[in-house]
Amino acid sequence: MRDGIIMEVGAGSLVPEVLMLKHEGYRLVQICATKTEKGYELTYSFGQAYKLVNLRLKLAPGAEVVSISDIYEPAFLYENEIHDLFGIKVRMMALDYEGNLYRIDQKNPFQ
Amino acid sequence: MGFMNFTKTVITNLFHKPVTTAYPFEPEAYPERTRGKVGIAIEQCIFCGMCGRKCPTGAIRVDRAEKRWTIERFGCIQCGSCVENCPKKCLFMMQNYPQPAADKYEESFVQPPAPATEEAPKKEETKGKVD
Amino acid sequence: MSTRSIVPFGPQHPVLPEPIHLDLVLEDEKVVEAVPSIGFVHRGLEKLVEKKDFQEYVYVAERICGICSFMHGMGYCEAVEHIMGIEIPPRAKYLRTIWCEMSRIHSHMLWLGLLADAFGFESLFMQSWRIREKILDMFEYSTGGRVIFSVNKIGGQRKDMDGDMLKQFMEVLSGIEAETKVIAKTFLGDKAVNSRLRGVGFLTKQQAHDLGAVGPFMRASGIALDNRKLGYAAYPDIDFEPVTSEIGDCYARCDVRIREIFQSIDIIRQAAAKIPEGEVAVPVKGLPDGEYMMRVEQPRGEAIYYVKANGTKFLDRVRVRTPTFANLPGMLETLKGCDFADVPILILTIDPCISCTER
Repeated sequence: MRDGIIMEVGAGSLVPEVLMLKHEGYRLVQICATKTEKGYELTYSFGQAYKLVNLRLKLAPGAEVVSISDIYEPAFLYENEIHDLFGIKVRMMALDYEGNLYRIDQKNPFQ
Repeated sequence: MGFMNFTKTVITNLFHKPVTTAYPFEPEAYPERTRGKVGIAIEQCIFCGMCGRKCPTGAIRVDRAEKRWTIERFGCIQCGSCVENCPKKCLFMMQNYPQPAADKYEESFVQPPAPATEEAPKKEETKGKVD
Repeated sequence: MSTRSIVPFGPQHPVLPEPIHLDLVLEDEKVVEAVPSIGFVHRGLEKLVEKKDFQEYVYVAERICGICSFMHGMGYCEAVEHIMGIEIPPRAKYLRTIWCEMSRIHSHMLWLGLLADAFGFESLFMQSWRIREKILDMFEYSTGGRVIFSVNKIGGQRKDMDGDMLKQFMEVLSGIEAETKVIAKTFLGDKAVNSRLRGVGFLTKQQAHDLGAVGPFMRASGIALDNRKLGYAAYPDIDFEPVTSEIGDCYARCDVRIREIFQSIDIIRQAAAKIPEGEVAVPVKGLPDGEYMMRVEQPRGEAIYYVKANGTKFLDRVRVRTPTFANLPGMLETLKGCDFADVPILILTIDPCISCTER
C-alpha cells in the first residue's frame, strides 16, 4: 500500500477492508463526505505512523451505509457529522445523536 | 519539586513599572504595517471598480457615473486585498481602526468634479442601517 | 452502595471559554461516563466554498480559528498549490515556517495561561499571557494583524520580513526564552501545581493510538508523530525531533507543550539563519483541478485539509478535520474514572478549540 493512495471499495467490502486495516495496526484519521453528480462519496482515511490510506465508497442518493464505529470507536463523531450535514443514513452507530450533533436550523445543509 | 518557585517573579513584579499602558489617555502607537482601515486618495481614483470585484466580503461599491467610492466599514475585514489590487495605488491602509458604532454605516467619498481645483476632497458620511 | 447522578457540564463554564456540553454520569465523586454534545457554534464555513472562489476562500480559511489562523490559511493554500502544481519560492517557505512556529508559541502560551487559570493560579496565568503579548506584537509588526494575519495567498506570501526585522525578532525571542524558563519552573516544579496535574487523566500509548488522538495530547502518551516531519514549508531543511513523554497524564501534556515552546524558538532561529533571499510569491495562472489531502501539524495537533476542485474557480469541497475533533474520543476516555473536580483540567489538557471543531 502506498502513501496517500485512494482505493475504491463497494458497500459490501467496506467492513472487511476496514477490519483488515485495523488488523494491520492502522488508526482512523477521518471520514469525509463529498457531494458528487451521481450522489455522494465517502472517503475513509486511515493512518499508520506517517502513512495515509484512503478508502472511497460511492453512494447513490438515498443509499444507506453501515457504521464502522464498532471497529473504530472514534468513527461515531464523523458518522454523526455526515448524517447531520449530508443526510446520509448510517446504520448501527455506537452512539447515535439522531441528527442532533449540530444544532442547526436547516436540516442537512450540504445535501 | 520545590517551594517558593514563584517568589522571584513576584518580587520582580513589585519593583517593576507596569507593562500595560494607560490607553485611552495615552495614545497607542501602532506599527507601520497595522491594518486598521482602508483609506482612499479619491482625487487619483479612476473608478475602475477593481477593488470592489476583489473584495472578498463585497464591502466596497464603486459608482463610475457619480464618481463615488463607498465602503461598509463593518463589512470590511481589513484583508488588504483592495490595496494590493488597486491599479492606481490610490488605496492605502491606515493604522487606526474604525471607531465602534451602534449601527452599521457606510462611508462615501465623492471625487470633486473639476480636477483643476486644489480643494481638499469632499468627504460625505451617510449613517444608517445597511440591510 | 453508590448512587448514580448526571451532572450537566457546560456549554457555559467558568473554566472553559469554549461551548462544549458534557453529560457527566457520576458515581459518588467519580465520573463513570461522559457524553459530549457540540454544535452550538456551527458556522458552515465549509459550505461557504460554493460562494467564494478558491483565492477568496483563503480569507475564510483563516477565520476558522482565531489561534491557529495562520496555519489554517497555510494548510488550505498548500493543498490548492499542490493540486495546481505550484512551487512556491524558497523564501516564502521559510517565512511560512517562521510564522507557523510563532503561532505555536503563542498558542501554547495561551494554553499554559488557561491551565494556570483552571487550577486557580491567577498570577501565573497573567505571566503566561504577558509573554504571549510579545509574540502578538511581533505578529502585528510583521503582518499587520494580531489575530488574523492575512499573509497567506495561493502561490506564496503577501508580506516579507527583512533582515532588520528578523534580527529584532531574534532578540525578542531570547527574552521570551528566558522568561518562559522562569515560569516553566513553576509549572513543572511547584508542589501545588504538581498535585493538580500529576497522576490525573492517564491515556496509555495504545489508547492514544486506537482513539486517534493527535498533537501534544498523543505525544504526551509516547507516540512520536509530528506532521512537520512530512515536509511541508521549510521543515525538511530544519533539524528537530518530535517532543514526547512516556507518562501520559496531565503533567506530561504540560511538559510536552513547554518543551515544544523551546523547540519552536529553536526552529525559528534555524530558519532565520538559513532563510534565502528572493521573491516571496509566484503568480498563479489557471484553475485547480483534482483533489488532495494536506496534513498540517497545528499547535493542537494534526489538521487535515481535503480540497476537491473541478476545474472552475469554485471548488467542489473543502473539508477541514481539526485536531480537537480527533481528540474528543481520547478526552472522553480519560474522563472515565476521574474525580469530578478534575474534569475542567482534563478537558483543558487536550487544548480544546470547539469553534474550530464545528467550523
